[in-house]
Amino acid sequence: MAPLLALDGVTKIYGRGEAAVAALAGIDLEIAAGEFVALMGPSGSGKSTCLNILGCLDVPTAGEYRFRGVAVSRLDRDQLALLRRHYLGFVFQGFNLLPRTSALENVELPLVYRGVGGRERRRRARAALAAVGLEGRERHTPAQLSGGQQQRVAIARALVTDPAVVLADEPTGNVDSARAHELMALLVGLNRERGITIVMVTHEADMAAYAGRVLTFHDGTIVGDERQAPQGAAA
Amino acid sequence: MIVWNAVQQTLRQVRRNPMRSALTTLGILIGVAAVIAMIALGRGAAARVNQDLAGLGQNLLFVVPGTPGQGGPGAAASVRSLDVADAAAIAREVDGLAGVAPLVSRGGVAVYGGASWRTSITGSSGDYLTVLKWKLARGRAFSEAELRVGAPVCVLGHTVHRELFGAVDPVGATIRVGSVSFRVVGVFAAKGSSSFGQDQDDFIYVPLATHQRRITGSREVAMIFLSAADPDASGRIKTDVEAVMRTQRRLQPTDTPDFFVRDMKEAASMVGSITSVLTSLLAAIAAISLVVGGIGIMNIMLVAVSERTREIGIRLAIGARGRDVLAQFLIEAIALAALGGIAGITLGLGLSLVATSQLGLPLEIDAVLVLLPFGFSAAVGVIFGFFPARKAARMNPIDALRRE
Repeated sequence: MAPLLALDGVTKIYGRGEAAVAALAGIDLEIAAGEFVALMGPSGSGKSTCLNILGCLDVPTAGEYRFRGVAVSRLDRDQLALLRRHYLGFVFQGFNLLPRTSALENVELPLVYRGVGGRERRRRARAALAAVGLEGRERHTPAQLSGGQQQRVAIARALVTDPAVVLADEPTGNVDSARAHELMALLVGLNRERGITIVMVTHEADMAAYAGRVLTFHDGTIVGDERQAPQGAAA
Repeated sequence: MIVWNAVQQTLRQVRRNPMRSALTTLGILIGVAAVIAMIALGRGAAARVNQDLAGLGQNLLFVVPGTPGQGGPGAAASVRSLDVADAAAIAREVDGLAGVAPLVSRGGVAVYGGASWRTSITGSSGDYLTVLKWKLARGRAFSEAELRVGAPVCVLGHTVHRELFGAVDPVGATIRVGSVSFRVVGVFAAKGSSSFGQDQDDFIYVPLATHQRRITGSREVAMIFLSAADPDASGRIKTDVEAVMRTQRRLQPTDTPDFFVRDMKEAASMVGSITSVLTSLLAAIAAISLVVGGIGIMNIMLVAVSERTREIGIRLAIGARGRDVLAQFLIEAIALAALGGIAGITLGLGLSLVATSQLGLPLEIDAVLVLLPFGFSAAVGVIFGFFPARKAARMNPIDALRRE
């Protein structure tokens, strides 16, 4: 069976000619369903570019990305959007919630694009908010929530569609360390209990410790690929 | 459902930026209001003119000097004028006429006691009352003898009566116009102002013979009014009158006539075409302001797209296609334009109501008058919202998410 995500010689070059910079210099990578993978490395090492490509937000300059065996480079903008709509969830460092919009409506948004009816949408959004421990905060807008709570709303928005993969770009970058560990526990729970594959970019080793596999990036290549017993596995 | 979502989104944006939304829709509001008010006024004026012409009757015709293509009726300065003999010839030779009223008019100052009033002195035949449908409020019309000999008698229009005599009964009194004294024998019932705002009651009616002998000193008349006994015969009468006039003026069959014979149907269609041209001109000017309003919407939508770049990035990331984003911003633009349109319709109807009642015109409003500008404003939303919406739809999700 084909791996869930497979990169084959993926290169990403920004700019042209003299100014061209290779953010990714030929990456081979396979991620199986159910894995929790952390991407680590210094800034500019290519880990975020890799995540964007895995999230179908960006396309490789060369090489092939297969999502469930489907060659993504042959898809157009709309088909990429549909792939994101039906299989992917995103959690960003800056939360990226719609401002002045209630938590409930933020979580409902992906379901709007899936064409789910209003009543069903609210039911599922409430359930997702409950799953991240935000029951009773449905009417709060992002400005009325703390950073940790905002990121929980973002996680609820990512999981409300029951995605195959959640892609998280430094999800704990903007919250204090106590909240960060709570958020990681939440992601580990999603991975274990719902079998959602998680790919997370981080530069903090104690966050990467929650993952079952750590990929280390340097200058656009993968220099380390280690499997580990995730933290909290025993707990 | 995505449409409903976008509409909700628009209402939220309007609530967040009430001032901006109000200013954005102001252009559309003014445009729609102007279009509605202009068309309503134009229609009211046309309806009023038609009422007035109908009041004169379907059986009225008139003869005026002038050559087609030379300025038409009224531009008669260089043209051979009509005279009393023409009127007499028509009366003698054309069948089926209920009355013939040649008419000549001069300005003059009428004096009674200490009061004076500048007005016009109109000379005409005894048929004047029946042909132009004047009714007497007091006194009597002229006798056959007075008309024949040109006696110094007059009938006052309502306005002249009011200005010279106030509430006093003028019948039997003597007024003076220049060096001529006239005895007042009657007063006309008021007709009010005409469609064009002229006071129809501001004149003094004297026998034609008196007018020619004592005021103008010539046999010329400005125009000849005719009344057909049967309104259906007005076509035939028109042809007959034209034939008589050609003989009177010794025109060869190949000559272009230097006079016009018109009936009321023609006059009505002439007035109708003038008012419709005026109305469409005014409406075109109003439509320009709609376009300007559309540019305002485009401007504000471009601002909104760049302000909400991050939101667009979020929507694209969680599965919106370009066309979903396009639809959202397009619907926002249309909704803004439609809001302006609804406000404009309300204002336009209010303006029409006030303006027509001030000018004494009938108010004619129908669904087309309301729905047409509304559809137009929605179309403005589509046209001017499309470019900003397409800009939003073509954004790259990564770049959009990175924008602060």
